[in-house]
Parts: sequence; C-alpha cells; structure tokens
Amino acid sequence: MSFMSRNPQLNKDGSLQHLLTIEGLPRNIIVDILDAAVPFTEVAEREVKKVTNLRGKSVFNLFFENSTRTRTTFEIAAKRLSADVINLNVSTSSTSKGETLLDTVDNLAAMQADMFVVRHATSGAPYLIAQHLDATRKDHIHVVNAGDGRHAHPTQGLLDMYTIRHYKKDFTQLTVAIVGDVLHSRVARSQIHALATLGVPEIRVIAPKTLLPSGIERMGVRVFHDIKEGLRGVDVVMMLRLQNERMEGALLPSSQEYFKSFGLTPDKLALAKPDAIVMHPGPMNRGVEIDSAVADSSQAVILPQVTFGIAVRMAVMDILAGGSKGAAA
Amino acid sequence: MRLKISNGRVIDPASGLDKQTDVYIADGRIAALGTAPADFETSATIDASDCVVAPGFVDLAARLREPGFEYKATLKSEMAAAAAGGVTSLACPPDTDPVLDEPGLVEMLKHRARLPEFANVYPIGALTTGLKGKHLTEMSELADAGCVAFGQATTAIVDTQVMLRAMQYAATFDYPVWLQAQDPYLARNGVAHDGEVAARLGLAGIPVAAETIALGTLLLLAQETGVRLHITRISSAAGLDMLRIGREQGIKVSCDVSAHHLHLCENDVGFFNAHARLDPPLRSQRDRDALRQGLADGLIDALCSDHTPVDDDGKQVPFGEAEAGATGLELLLPLTLKWANEMKVPLAKALARITSDPARVLGIKAGTLAVGAAADICIFDPQADVTISRNGLKSQGKNTPFLGYALPGRVKATLIDGKLVYDGLFS
Repeated sequence: MSFMSRNPQLNKDGSLQHLLTIEGLPRNIIVDILDAAVPFTEVAEREVKKVTNLRGKSVFNLFFENSTRTRTTFEIAAKRLSADVINLNVSTSSTSKGETLLDTVDNLAAMQADMFVVRHATSGAPYLIAQHLDATRKDHIHVVNAGDGRHAHPTQGLLDMYTIRHYKKDFTQLTVAIVGDVLHSRVARSQIHALATLGVPEIRVIAPKTLLPSGIERMGVRVFHDIKEGLRGVDVVMMLRLQNERMEGALLPSSQEYFKSFGLTPDKLALAKPDAIVMHPGPMNRGVEIDSAVADSSQAVILPQVTFGIAVRMAVMDILAGGSKGAAA
Repeated sequence: MRLKISNGRVIDPASGLDKQTDVYIADGRIAALGTAPADFETSATIDASDCVVAPGFVDLAARLREPGFEYKATLKSEMAAAAAGGVTSLACPPDTDPVLDEPGLVEMLKHRARLPEFANVYPIGALTTGLKGKHLTEMSELADAGCVAFGQATTAIVDTQVMLRAMQYAATFDYPVWLQAQDPYLARNGVAHDGEVAARLGLAGIPVAAETIALGTLLLLAQETGVRLHITRISSAAGLDMLRIGREQGIKVSCDVSAHHLHLCENDVGFFNAHARLDPPLRSQRDRDALRQGLADGLIDALCSDHTPVDDDGKQVPFGEAEAGATGLELLLPLTLKWANEMKVPLAKALARITSDPARVLGIKAGTLAVGAAADICIFDPQADVTISRNGLKSQGKNTPFLGYALPGRVKATLIDGKLVYDGLFS
C-alpha cells in the first residue's frame, strides 16, 4: 500500500501527530483540544501574557498564500507559548525562484524547525508536507494546516466549536446553519466535519446551487436554497466570506443580488431562534454576505471568535508539541 | 534461427486456439503450431511448461516521451518497459514536444524506433497543427510517413466547425480519428471526478457531463461525416450508454479504456495521492463497474495501458498541481489478468482485449499467432504474482497508484520477430 493511503495526522497509538483536517479526527481529540484551550483564554488576561510551554521551540509560519489575519493569530499563539516564531511568506520568495515545495520544507527542517504552520492555495499541500516529513523520518516536526485550498482549515473549525460550546454548552440539541460559498470554502468543510463529530443533529447549508459542491448531501448536511427557510429555528448561524472574484466567473451575477438573496439581514435573522448566535470567520464583507446591523448586533459573536481562536491555536500547538503543562506554567 | 516454444498453453484469441502445444518459429515468423514443419531443425528451445504462450500485446496508448520530454522517459527506457511487459506493438499519442504534426518528426520517430529489440511503433498523428484545434495537419503526408490514425491526445478541439472539417477530411482518405471525449469548458481547472470525494477534499471537479457532452458531439459528427471514430479512454457509465446507443444507430465507433480505470475509482485518491491523478479522472465506483462490464461485453473494444511516465518532480507536488498520468506498460498484463480473474472472464477472451482487438482497431497485422504472422510473442506465468515496486519497473516513470500491490501474471519471455527481447525465465 502506498503511504499516501494512510491518514498521516494520527500516530499509531491514535494520538495527534499533525493537525491536517477535522475529518476522521476522533471526538475525544476534538474535545481534548477544546478543553485544553479553556485555561489558555485566561493567559491573555494576565499582565504577562505568556506561558513557557513551547520555550526553545521553533515554529515556522509557512505561508504559500497571503494571509495577514490567520498568520497573525498563529504568531500570537506561538509567542504566548514562548516559542520562537519565524514567518515565511513563500509565495514571494523561494518557489518563485523555482524551488519546489519539498525542497523548501527540507531546508527549513534542516534549520531545526519543530513545527510548520502551513497555508497553501492548493488542497492537500499540508498532507504532502506531512507525508514527506514522515517518509524522511523527521517525525519530530509537526504540521498544522492553516488552510489549504478548498479542503480544510481545522483550527478555524475548532475555534468555531469552542465558540459554540461557550455560548450553547450542548452540541447534541443544536440546529446549525452554514450560509454562503460552501464550494470554495475550506472553513465550511472543517465546520461540517466538526459539527457532525460533536453530535450536532441538524447541520444545514444555505447557498445558491453555483456555490455548492456536488454530493455535499453525502457529508451529512441538509441543503437549502432559500435562506428564510434555512434559518428557521436555528441556534447558530455561521456565515462564510464571499470573495469578490466569485463575481468574475459565471457563479453569481452581482454582489447586490447575492446580498438580496443570501445576505444576512436583521429580518432574516429574526427567523432563527431569538437567542441564536451569528458567527463569521472574517474578514467580513459588510453589505455582501452580512448586514452591518447584524454584524454589530448583540447576537454577533465574531470578535469573541477571534479571541478564542488564539487560545485554541495555543492548545493545538501545545498538544502537538507533547505538552500537558496547560496554562499553569 | 529456428526456435521451438514447447509445452506451453498456446492461446491465440484471433483464431480461438487454446491448447497445450508447441510453437515453431523460423525467420522471425510463426512457422507452425503443433507439429514441426518438414525439415525444421530446432536451433533453440524455450520450455514454456506451466506458462501461457500468447501473441505479444498491442497497446493503443503508450507515451514514449520522445521527442521533447526525455527527462521523463526515453525510447530506450520505455521500450525496455514494453519488452518487460510483453508489449510488442504500441500506438503512441501525438502529444510530444514538438507534437507529431509534421512528416519529418514521424519519420524520425519511426527511424529511431527501428531497432530490432524495440516494439513496433504506430504513431498517431496530430489531427490539427500543434494540437491547437485550428488548422488541419497534412494527414496524407503524415500517413505516408507512418501514422496509422489521427488524434488530439488529451487536447480538445473547441471549435466544432474545425472538428467537422477534420473528420470530413480524414474520412476522405478513410483515416481513423482517435479522440478523447472531454468538454474543455466543463473540465476547466478540474483535477478529479466531480463527486463525493472531490467535494470532501475540496478538489475542483470534472463532471461526467464533460464526457457525455463531448461524446454526443463526436458521435453526431461521426454520423454526419462517416469517419471511422475511435473514442480513447472512456471513463463513465453514462458515456458507455451513449456509445451503445450510437452503435445501435449505426455509427462507426470503437472505444478503449485504460487499465487503471478498470480497477480504481475516486476513493483511491485517498489522502491526496498524486499517483491517482489521471486524465480522464478516476470516477465513481458505479462507473468503474460499468467499465469492467463494458469491456467484458465487448462494448469497449480494447484495453490499453495509457502509459504516461511522469518524473518525480511532476508528482511530488500537491494533488491539484500534479501532472496527470501513470506508468502502465509493465502493468498491462497484470491488470488485465486481475480484471479477468475478478470478472470471471475466460483467459482467451481477456487476452483478446490486449491482442487481436486492439490490432483490429489499429488496422494492423499483429496480435495473432497465425502461421505466417510475425513471431511477436509473450510467454507468461498466469499463476505467479508480481509485486509492483519502483526498482522493479523498467520504465523511467515510477508513477503508479499500484506501487506495493501484488498483481497476477509474470512475463517470462517476450519475442519480437522471433528474437528474444526480454528474458525473465530465470528471474
């Protein structure tokens, strides 16, 4: 059997070697990460916002695709764990000089990296890196997928679960709607897997047919094309970002029409449960997928998501590095 | 040189022969089956006990990568792979660099491939210059240089008027036209079957409609022009249904399938396994099952390796950036036998799909053990397994999703014009 037919993110003993996707991640590992993140939220409230869990470790933020926000949150998370953080914006350096992805990885591995946080525009790139590290016996280096193509963005999925658990406590009674560009969204795929694993009984996706991958129902979701119908009675609304370039193909006629049909406005949100929360992975396009009146309302938990995101990323890095010191150190 | 192959199970699908007997070879041709001709003095004997003696295989699609892609493979490396795989005749697609659109290039290829230990090469000429889909090539000149058919490899002709004219022109001289049915717009940016796995892995999909829409166009234009159409690498159940209907309407169309698509489906992409990045993409399990049945029923005429050596640099990249294709010459027999075993297809009928049937599609005198035919022969042990490994492959391309698999069928010897070109008798 080819090594590529094995899921490389779990060790033989079932523990986490890399975090590449939420798909196939056992429930207990997800819950462990969420639990481990709780004390890390308190670190941010201390006068000295640092623990020593990753002291002496080198975390490489390996970004093959531009991203300021995600890179920054990983950087903050690693620094609060006392790791040395090296940011590499590879899309503008070596690969444009003809170096292959794996050559870049080999070079950084030779610089005694302990962890790679990888963002790449192509689905599966972090798998290639993880498989290569394992095949070259560099299994002391851990890979965190910070978003690959349309495939997965597991830390985003986890911080979303943390946020839901914070506000709603019990996953097994919830109806959750994911609204927007599911087709191009790595966030949506990670959310769907996480929600399903944590026992959410009803996961809905709401989008025009042009923004849904074929066969999405087989991921265990109910598909709605009418946002009013889809939002009725939901506990959680998870908005997705709509990128402007989607107007260029033949996916959507205009952002105005999209907003009219699928934008989240106060009157549409009123169809959800009165205590429904509204989430967004950011950056938001106000007036495209979400109305400012919703984004700034008391139901929006978009900024807490960002804060929780740092704690969750600290927990992921700490667990991968083998630490169990938690936030006490 | 007078050679006797003794005691083998001699299978000649073209004549229906399937029995234990001896084969006598003289002057590079089959001299007799069963009893030696008068005054035959055996100068050498190959003991084929427990082995099958079959015509050398005829592969409808093998990329030799010359000219232009010698860093991926060379004639020498791939001809060694052909010999090791029992392939003695092969058609090569025109997607070399430069493409096979000028007689001089075809003559050069034929000349370089003329060595006696090399398989017989049948070039497929480009249907349009540079495969660009705009201007017709000099088909008549190319045919004189050795092209047996005209095609576009994996590049589509977008302009249907050009397609119509290309077929009309080819039909004028009764040249066959070989085309892959894939709509370039629906396939744009796609890297995997548009289905459950692509949805889950976030891969851009190629829907089945890309095949059926293109197939509909090709079949209707073939009906219009009367051209002899050959559909290469069919991939879907819906495509096969259309082909069946086309045949019932009297359209002259033949068809082949790649050996990979008989055994693999979208699930084999696994965790972004770049070796499973193929063109056309591996489709659903249901599609695969229909292809397996279609080949057994004869709706699909022939099985080919779709041999595409790719260097490691082309595969050690994220799935969506990987070059499509898999090495196949040395897997053609094992994958044929695996299919035959699993589908309970009689051995002689299975071998027809890689000998007499593709020879008929190509319009060549090969793939038979008839007395007087060229002594192109493969002797293999159908019971022995081979484990596919990088080191075991003679092909320069080590790219196959079957690495590590144990597959049935070990080639013991390959003969071209009666000359032993591969000797695996003692290995």
